[in-house]
Amino acid sequence: MLIAVWKELKKAPFTAWFGIAIILSYIIVAFFAPVLTPYGETQVVGDEYAPWTSEFLLGTDNIGRDMLSRLLYGARNTVGIAFVTTCLAFFIGGMAGLIASTVGGWTDQILSRIVDVLMAIPQLIFALLLLTIVGTNVVNMILIIALLDSTRVFRLARAVATNVVVMDFVEVARLRGEGIWWLIRHEVLPNSTAPLIAEFGLRFCFVFLLIAALSFLGLGIQPPTADWGSMVRENATLITFGDITPLLPAAAIALLTVAVNFVVDWMLHASSGLKD
Amino acid sequence: MNDKSEREILLSIRDLHIEGFSDEKWNGIVHGVDLDLHKGEVLGLIGESGAGKSTIGLAAMGFTRDGCRIPKGTVVFDGLELMTAGEAKRRELRGSRIAYVAQSAAAAFNPAHKLIDQYSEAPTQHGIMAKSKAEQDAVDLYRRLRLPNPDEIGFRYPHQVSGGQLQRAMTAMAMSCRPDLIIFDEPTTALDVTTQIEVLAAIRDIVEQFDTAAIYITHDLAVVAQMADRIMVLRYGDLVEEADTRKMLSHPEEDYTKTLWAVRSFQKPQKPLAGAGEMPIISVERVTAGYGKSVMVLHDVSFDIHDRRTVAVVGESGSGKSTTARCITGLLPPIEGRILHNGNELPADFRKRSKDQLRQIQMIYQMPDTALNPRQRVRDVIGRPLDFYLGIRGKEKEKRIHALLEQIELEPSQFIDRYPGELSGGQKQRICIARALGAEPQFIICDEVTSALDQIVAEGILKLLFRLQEELKLAYMFITHDLATVRAISDEVVVMLEGRVVEAGPKDVMFTPPHHDYTDLLLSSVPEMDPDWLSDLLEARKGKSMAPAGN
Amino acid sequence: MWPILRMVIQRLGLGLLTLFVVSVIIFSSVEFLPGDLAQEILGQAATPETVAAFRKELGLDRPPVERYFTWLGNVAQGDFGKSLANNREISELIGQRLLNTLFLAGFAATIAVPLAITLGVLAALYRNTLFDRMINVFTLTSISFPEFFVAYILILFFAVNWGLFPSISNIGPETSFWDKVYRTMLPAITLTLVVVAHMMRMTRAAIINLLASPYIEMARLKGIKPGRVIVKHALPNALAPIINVVAINLAYLVVGVVVVEVVFVYPGLGQLLVDSVSKRDITVVQASSLVFAATYILLNLTADVLSILTNPRLLHPR
Repeated sequence: MLIAVWKELKKAPFTAWFGIAIILSYIIVAFFAPVLTPYGETQVVGDEYAPWTSEFLLGTDNIGRDMLSRLLYGARNTVGIAFVTTCLAFFIGGMAGLIASTVGGWTDQILSRIVDVLMAIPQLIFALLLLTIVGTNVVNMILIIALLDSTRVFRLARAVATNVVVMDFVEVARLRGEGIWWLIRHEVLPNSTAPLIAEFGLRFCFVFLLIAALSFLGLGIQPPTADWGSMVRENATLITFGDITPLLPAAAIALLTVAVNFVVDWMLHASSGLKD
Repeated sequence: MNDKSEREILLSIRDLHIEGFSDEKWNGIVHGVDLDLHKGEVLGLIGESGAGKSTIGLAAMGFTRDGCRIPKGTVVFDGLELMTAGEAKRRELRGSRIAYVAQSAAAAFNPAHKLIDQYSEAPTQHGIMAKSKAEQDAVDLYRRLRLPNPDEIGFRYPHQVSGGQLQRAMTAMAMSCRPDLIIFDEPTTALDVTTQIEVLAAIRDIVEQFDTAAIYITHDLAVVAQMADRIMVLRYGDLVEEADTRKMLSHPEEDYTKTLWAVRSFQKPQKPLAGAGEMPIISVERVTAGYGKSVMVLHDVSFDIHDRRTVAVVGESGSGKSTTARCITGLLPPIEGRILHNGNELPADFRKRSKDQLRQIQMIYQMPDTALNPRQRVRDVIGRPLDFYLGIRGKEKEKRIHALLEQIELEPSQFIDRYPGELSGGQKQRICIARALGAEPQFIICDEVTSALDQIVAEGILKLLFRLQEELKLAYMFITHDLATVRAISDEVVVMLEGRVVEAGPKDVMFTPPHHDYTDLLLSSVPEMDPDWLSDLLEARKGKSMAPAGN
Repeated sequence: MWPILRMVIQRLGLGLLTLFVVSVIIFSSVEFLPGDLAQEILGQAATPETVAAFRKELGLDRPPVERYFTWLGNVAQGDFGKSLANNREISELIGQRLLNTLFLAGFAATIAVPLAITLGVLAALYRNTLFDRMINVFTLTSISFPEFFVAYILILFFAVNWGLFPSISNIGPETSFWDKVYRTMLPAITLTLVVVAHMMRMTRAAIINLLASPYIEMARLKGIKPGRVIVKHALPNALAPIINVVAINLAYLVVGVVVVEVVFVYPGLGQLLVDSVSKRDITVVQASSLVFAATYILLNLTADVLSILTNPRLLHPR
């Protein structure tokens, strides 16, 4: 198994290697943020909007916190929250999708129609509406986005599993008298994982960008937590003076999504076995 | 020697190598094949899957599919070397002087355009005739190919025309520029036998009328015997043998050819009918079934299957044979009628059947590829029924898996830990058989179990099934459209048409006239190895249809 | 022609049903508000009497079903009620802003759609060449960028460094058309960059999928010239998937406008929505959500109907 992965990796294009390297470094930063940072996450250490100096390598923000420290902590907060949300979305959507396609009939009809309606409302708008009602805080946001995004996971999981469910080997297991969980666990799931893993990457990017957008709008992760989306908003005025500091957290977001997309692109390519 | 071999050479292929790109490298598909074709001659290319027949056919047009290349060899068509001629020159030839007829006409016609527009595209684009002239011409060809409503059929869209008609329309399209050469790539493989006859006859006539040379690619010997003047046998991208059709059929020289020719020889001895009082294992009683409330697929179907007997259910696609199997297994509860097992009524829905009832009826599928979970090892595939039905675990289970593998003639130590991806088609089908046997059933439904396999492999599977029947006292229901298989393995035959049983009885009775009209049509439509079979049959049918012309 | 008409009517009916269900969801989501809306607005300090009076004013004392239909009836006549924050008529607040949002989305679409389809077709034709790979990397990158990142980069260069376009898209009803175009240039380019990548990739995939079909091979084997193969054989069958791609992205544009409007302080519906969410001005959020959702559903519906209308199998039934 590991050898096979390594063999694939050796054939991987430069973009995939680049992506993997970036993702790994983000993970390291997320885990070791307290060690790597010169100052605390919410510690006010200097003047407002201090320029780049040896003391504050990337300057300070709108209330005098160290930019670099907050940037590093952001890896932990922003990425971590997006990751948790995606996992939750996958758990809900994936399960529902597999059940819908394996059980079929009314269960499938009901679940699919619910998802249709949820998907008929644009995600960002729906998220904003729900956040207004339940109030803007991190837990609410995670739950809402996970729920909304699980609809997309549901669609994919259901589509992939439906292709598996029609296979004769599933019919064989059904006719043998196997129960629904056995079918999902032994027949459907093992044959649906490859596309679902690739989708995990794409969903993560989407969730990550959505959370960043909400935080940027001031409706997501709330201060004083260091978060890339809100950091851009808080310091955006600097841009009008030609200072690129506020672009750094945005760039951090972009770099990670680019990396994940490159890896997913390569995985889809490799698993499809096609040249196109 | 056929008289056409005296004529000028039209196409000459020398030392043709073709490679395909997979697993990050170029692999040989065809390794140095030579081929000569004379004007007006029909050459049959025959071989099992992977022999490289289609690839050679396309190469004769100077064409390779995406992901393939021709690293070596020459293709000379009427004095022009296609490999070095350049794409523009090759394009001029395609459609105008060399035409192509694809396997699936339904997929090869563009769904967005009318048949006649697709017909006239090549002649107008190659500047051979004006559109109006081409359209008149199309109607004429449609008529010659005996398409119904030749004046009108061209103005339909592909999805509005049936498969057999579409295949003839495609032949007409290939003829549109009166090419010197047509490549027929398995043109009748996707068709039912009764439809196949009409298409074969039409193709043969038109090729003769216009004195067109053709390369006829197929895996079906009996078909190629009707069509070709000369036959080339291919295997794994190499030429095995080449000779005139009659000589090839009567005196094949190579061992491989002989085995190909011999595969239809297996025939098991027919068992006598079961005694009148004997309880059938499975009774299908007046079953009417369908999908949804309004569309009935089966109407009042009844037949019995007795202990240790093989009942072949025969019919063309859409006749309801697979639906019958779904009713027996309980996947499709019938609307009326019932299924009896040893005289006891089975619950209509398989979910309501007991474990033991489920165990007694096993099924083997047409496509071993989709019938095996690619993520399970042979051990788990065969082991699960043992564990599930019989509660066998641990050492005992291991022993039984070994025994089952031996029973299906696969070396246990070699195969037990393999994934389906590491097995050949025939081996996969054997694993499916072992899985069915693991449940220790009385009755097995075999749904077209050999039609996805090459002939020699299929023969092996049939022999295995026969041996197992004797050893384990099994009853089989054999669903098939292939009458050769029916002859080989059945004791009794049930003929189905449009969801009804038209005729049923012991095999020897069923294969001796007089038949029910449909049985007759079906039986007589199965191509035979005799090169005169098609001509004789058409002659005979003409006589018949003349007689009752009065009514 | 009957089956196709039936299908179109079916889709339209389904679209209406979706709209109805969505309106129910948007309306009833307020019902699930933890606590009481009136209490929420007036704050904990309010006396029970004032809360009760306010409830009556809002109509909260009537049963929800009745309130829903009154609300829906009013909405159908363009009356969305009053803002809780400043007591102004919501229809007044929304009207001009909706037009502005549609102007911006439309502007972006006129650049993005032709550009994306051209690039997509080219990438499909020259697939696996350097051109295709470069486009692939470019689109993957631009999909990955948050909208505000793209927006600020554009501001940094075009507005701050080079001073070509304004960084704040301040328009009013009296702004002339060309002035509007000038002022909304940067937000439009931002949106274009965001959707072009998606649209282009999907177009490319649709075309490549098509080029692998047997009838394309047949056309090539008939000796048809490559250009004609694309125009005559591939394109008529590619229409449905491309229409779908365009519609999905247009729908995305209308919604994606929210963030961009905030960055450029553009007086559109998105801005209003975001402001109202932070003020918890629930009636305005409700109204703008409904308008956004309706636009989104209508665009998707249009795509659905159009792809039915271009399907030869449905156009020419048996």
